Amino acid sequence: MTTDTAAREGPVAAPRRRPARSIRAERILDVVIRSIVPVVLALVAGGILLLALGRNPLTFYGNIWTGGVAAGAWQDSAIRMAPFLLIATGLVLIFRANIWNLGYNGQFLLAAAVVAGYAPHLVNEVPPWVAFVVLFLVAGTVAALWTLVPALLKAHYGTNEIITTLMMSFIAIDLASILIKGPFHDSTTPLPQTAVIPFDKMLPSIPGTRIHIGLLVAFAAVLVVHYLLTRTAWGLRLQVMGANPRAARHFGIDLPRLIVASFLASGFLVGLAAAADILGLWGYIRTGWNPAYGDTIIPFVFLARLNALAVVPFVAFFSVLSTGGDLAAQQANLPTDFLYVLVGLILLFMTVIEYLGRQRELGASYLTPGLKRALRVPRLRREKAT
Amino acid sequence: MILASQVWTQIFWTSAISGGLLAGVPLMFTALGESISERAGVLNIGLEGMMLAGAYCGFLGAYYLDTQWLGYLTGIAAGMLASTIMVVLCVWLGLDQIVVGIAITLGGEGITSVLYQTRFSSAQPRLGNVSPNSIPLLDRVPVLGKGINGEFPLFSQPLVVYLGLAFAVLLGWIFRSTNIGLNLRAAGEKPEALDAAGVSVVATRSYAVLATGALAGLGGAYLSIAVTGGFQPFLTQGQGFMAIVIAMLARGRPVAVVIFSLMFGIALSLSTLLGIAGINLAPEVVNMIPFAAIILALILFARRAYLPPALALPYVRGAR
Repeated sequence: MTTDTAAREGPVAAPRRRPARSIRAERILDVVIRSIVPVVLALVAGGILLLALGRNPLTFYGNIWTGGVAAGAWQDSAIRMAPFLLIATGLVLIFRANIWNLGYNGQFLLAAAVVAGYAPHLVNEVPPWVAFVVLFLVAGTVAALWTLVPALLKAHYGTNEIITTLMMSFIAIDLASILIKGPFHDSTTPLPQTAVIPFDKMLPSIPGTRIHIGLLVAFAAVLVVHYLLTRTAWGLRLQVMGANPRAARHFGIDLPRLIVASFLASGFLVGLAAAADILGLWGYIRTGWNPAYGDTIIPFVFLARLNALAVVPFVAFFSVLSTGGDLAAQQANLPTDFLYVLVGLILLFMTVIEYLGRQRELGASYLTPGLKRALRVPRLRREKAT
Repeated sequence: MILASQVWTQIFWTSAISGGLLAGVPLMFTALGESISERAGVLNIGLEGMMLAGAYCGFLGAYYLDTQWLGYLTGIAAGMLASTIMVVLCVWLGLDQIVVGIAITLGGEGITSVLYQTRFSSAQPRLGNVSPNSIPLLDRVPVLGKGINGEFPLFSQPLVVYLGLAFAVLLGWIFRSTNIGLNLRAAGEKPEALDAAGVSVVATRSYAVLATGALAGLGGAYLSIAVTGGFQPFLTQGQGFMAIVIAMLARGRPVAVVIFSLMFGIALSLSTLLGIAGINLAPEVVNMIPFAAIILALILFARRAYLPPALALPYVRGAR
């Protein structure tokens, strides 16, 4: 059709100049807008909320910068990034399959308790590298096994995995506490905590920094997951299942097996996050400690459009937000739960921007037909017309 | 078992039933709400956030306005306000219900915690006891009615509990034999059919989600006003999610919702119960029991849990 018009108009009108931006550039711009605008809007809305609470939003966000980036604080952010990134890759993998593993908190804590329980003995008995590899694998296995009940229920009976993973998560949090008070309790202290890993036996740092090598493990996991999802048949099967389970069944994909496998893989990555955090940063675990990293990571996994590589900058941003947020909240005399508000706002704005972007792509207006009519034609006139 | 004799005492059973009722009523309200929106095809993962909003605002209302009734009303209003987010984004615009639900839960947790701690951080005020209303004749029933030494009387509950039970029966009737109930079910089972019948799917679902928000808010308000007598951050502790499970297991039948809620209420109040029976268990074990019970119930009845086919799918007219 276009060639027809071009042929007819050819002799008369000069061919129209293509816009300077290529399609590729437009697409990149589109992705950037869709990813960054929600964050900016959420920060603005959060600022308004801070004003309403009588705090100065500029000071608050300035403190996030000082506490999260400036003067070596970026290393603290990078340390925090290791578990964040591992959890994020685990979520990317399972969300791509359109399965909702929301039990990451319990999986993380249970794996952390097991690592903290065995590590102090193990690092003294075997060479550190062997100990680290074993502990990482054990943590991954524990967390993966904890997903097994939801996985099997989902695979065989189609039970809603959101519910089962959450319930298993609540159980795991209590179980971790029992483990810490019971078999893993450090007998030299009355406090309910495990023995502390000797400082020189913890994960070594990357030379020249304070950042432990857990971050490298996390980057490796990102690459592996990205490769799995984009370059292997397994990844393709996973995404087909996520996009359309019925089509996947028609292709002859063994859905139950794939569901269980993706659950196990996701749990394994969450377990690695726990091992990295305990072996690299904390060195022990105490009852009642539940950082709930995953809750705040989720929006950034979505903002990265479930792309393992794109997760990295978002998680880096959130690490800064979270590290600096601790200082900022403390300075502003607010509870750190304020971050939950910011994260919830980011999620809300993200869905809205996503919707607007999709409408624009389809060439439609930003509003649904019903909403548009409601806004354009006053109710009275509509009633009169009918 | 040495303890067997202590378990079979009257005080154990009366306190089991009334303790279960006390802890189960917030679950009951919230799960009734969830069963409305699940029937209409909206999966409300934001229930936890709506409950917390209701709990905080209900506490505020009861604290500043000095009557529990205004507290319940502000709780309902807060729950409805939180659910309007869901109405606009999920029902009108057709955005992902799970993502928005997570956002509401996170936002609700964050904002109630921040507001409570900035306003009441040092004081942590408590509300007065809620005066119960006795049912005239039943409160003279020997054990259940009077309780042991005046404690745990079953037929002497806050008025809102009776209203809630009556509402559950009413809701069952609405689902079963009114046009509203038929519309709600059609919106969840086959929205196209409802649309073809000339009833707006979007409007039906909007009212359903608003009703859910109101009930979740009421459940939260009851939790903070009558059960704990005060608010604290993260007060609900996963009860919103338990309510979703109850609605799923009850397959949208309100009377079943009531029964399941009371059972989970008993599981939630188990620590006091075991104390009465003289059994000492670690608090962690006791905390685990309700969740373990749910997992067990799901494993046993997994094949019987029923969800409407159009659940969590936005309705777009003409889309296939």
